[in-house]
Amino acid sequence: MELFQYPYMQRALIGALVIGLAAPALGIYLVQRRLALIGDGVGHVALTGVGAGLLLNRSPVLVAVIAATIGAIAIEIVRARGRTSGDLALALLFYGGIAGGVLLVGLSDATSANLNAYLFGSLTTISPADLTTIAVLGAAILVTMIALRPALFAVSHDEEYARVSGLPVRTLNLLIAVATAVTVTIAMRAVGVLLISALMVVPVATAQQVTRGFRSTMAAAMALGLFAAGSGVWVAATADTAPGASVVLVAIASFLVVAVAGAVWRVVRRRTTPTAAPTPEPHEVVLS
Amino acid sequence: MTSPVITVEHGVVGYDGRPVLRDISLTVTAGEVVAILGANGSGKSTLIRAVLGLVPINAGSVTLFDKPLRRFRQWARIGYVPQRLGAGGGVPATVREVVASGRLARRGVLRPPGRADRSAVDAALGAVGLADRAGDPVSTLSGGQQQRTLIARALAGQPELLVLDEPTAGVDAASQEAFAGALRDFVGDGGTVLLVAHELGPLRPVISRAVVVHEGRIAHDGTVPDPAGHHAEPDHDHVHPHCYDEPAGLWSN
Repeated sequence: MELFQYPYMQRALIGALVIGLAAPALGIYLVQRRLALIGDGVGHVALTGVGAGLLLNRSPVLVAVIAATIGAIAIEIVRARGRTSGDLALALLFYGGIAGGVLLVGLSDATSANLNAYLFGSLTTISPADLTTIAVLGAAILVTMIALRPALFAVSHDEEYARVSGLPVRTLNLLIAVATAVTVTIAMRAVGVLLISALMVVPVATAQQVTRGFRSTMAAAMALGLFAAGSGVWVAATADTAPGASVVLVAIASFLVVAVAGAVWRVVRRRTTPTAAPTPEPHEVVLS
Repeated sequence: MTSPVITVEHGVVGYDGRPVLRDISLTVTAGEVVAILGANGSGKSTLIRAVLGLVPINAGSVTLFDKPLRRFRQWARIGYVPQRLGAGGGVPATVREVVASGRLARRGVLRPPGRADRSAVDAALGAVGLADRAGDPVSTLSGGQQQRTLIARALAGQPELLVLDEPTAGVDAASQEAFAGALRDFVGDGGTVLLVAHELGPLRPVISRAVVVHEGRIAHDGTVPDPAGHHAEPDHDHVHPHCYDEPAGLWSN
C-alpha cells in the first residue's frame, strides 16, 4: 500500500480509474453495433501517430490523437458505405497503421523501450500533464456517452429507424468514431495499443451476461471497468507486474467468474424451482 | 380535408443498374389505410423504403406532407415499423428502452426524456398489449411480440402516418389480433397508414385501398382484391421463410 504514497503511483491509479470508467461507456455502443474490435484497429493507426510524433519531436499522444481520429473517420466512412470490401479496407488500415508506426519509431531516436510503452502501456510514466489530458478527455467522453445515451442507443440499435426518426445519424456515427479515437489514445498510456479493445469490450461482455437492459448494462460495465482498473493497478503495484496487462487480466478474470457463476446459478435455479414449461407458439404446420 | 400525405410521381429505383421500380406514381391522402401487395421481389418493400428516403430514387419525385423528400424535416409525423428487429451486437435492451427510442423524433437528441415522453411510451406499450413485458429484454420475446415492440416504438412518437413493412409476416395469431386492434385505434384517431403486406389476414377489414405492385409497376390500385386458391383459406399464413432479401453483408457477393 505504501507504494501509493508515491505521486507517480497515484497518477497511475487515477489515470487507470478514469480510463476504466470511460472505455466501457463508449465500448457498449461499439459492441452493440458489432464493432467490438474497432478499438484495436484505431489503436494500430494511432501507433503511426506515435511514430510520427517521436520522429518529429512533437508530443506523441497529440499526434496519435490526430492520426487515430483520421483513421477512425476513415473506418466509419468505409462502414457507412457498406461495401463488401469493407473488411479488406479495414485490414489495410490496421496493418498499414502498425507497420507505419514501427517504421517511424525505428527511424526516430527512440529505443524499443519507447515502442513497448505504447504497445503495452506504461502507466507509471504518466506525467502530471499527461494525467490532466487523460482526465479532461476521459470526462468529456464520459459526459457525452451518458448524456446522448438515448440517441446513441437508437443509432447503434437500429440505424435505419434512427434515420427515419430524423436523427443526425451521420454526425452521431462520426461522434462515436472520434470518441473511439480519443479513448484509444488516452487508454494507450494505460494498457497500450494492443490491449485497448479489452477495456472497451470485456466489461461490457461481462455485464451483459447478467443484465436485462441497455442502461443497466452500461452502468454495470462502467463499474466493472472501474474495478478492473483499480484492482489491476493494485495487483501490479504489489506483485510488481505490468500494469496494463494486470488490468486486462483482472477484467477477463471477472468475465470468467461471472460466466461460471451465471451458469451455476441457472443450473441451481432449474433444479430448485420447477418452472412451468414456456408456452410454445402455435404450430405453423400440421405434421402427420 | 383530403390533403396528400405521400405523393410519388414517376418513381424509378434501381440497385446497381438493375431496375426494381420502373415507373411508380402513388398518392396517399390523410385518413387512408393503403396496403401495398405483391409477390416477393416485386419491389413493394423498395417502394416504402424509397418513400422514407432509405433508398435513393433514380428518377421521379417523392413528396411527404407537401414537402419534397429532400427538404422534409418533420420526421416526428412519421412512424416507421421495419420488417424485424436486427440482432445487433447482443447488448440487452428492455422493451421499454426500445419503445422509448420512438420519442427521439419528437424530442430531439439533446433533451432528456420528460413526463410526456414516459406517458407516451406507456400508452404505446398498452396499445400493443405489452405493458407487462416492459422490463423484459427484447431478445426473450417471441417474434410476434418483437414485432409489436416495433409497432409500439412507432406509436410512441405519436405520428400522423404509420409506414409498416410486412408487419404480419410470420407473426402468431395473438400478435396479429393485437396488431390489428392497435391499427384500428390509430386509424380511428385519424391516422394514415401505408403498409406492405403479403397477406392481409385480420387486417383486411381495416384496409381502405390496395395497391398491387408487379414487376416494378403498379398493376392494380383500388379495392382489396380477393385472394386466390389456398391463399383464400382463413388460416393461411403466407410466409416464405427462405426467401428473405438478405442485405449485402460480409459473406455475400
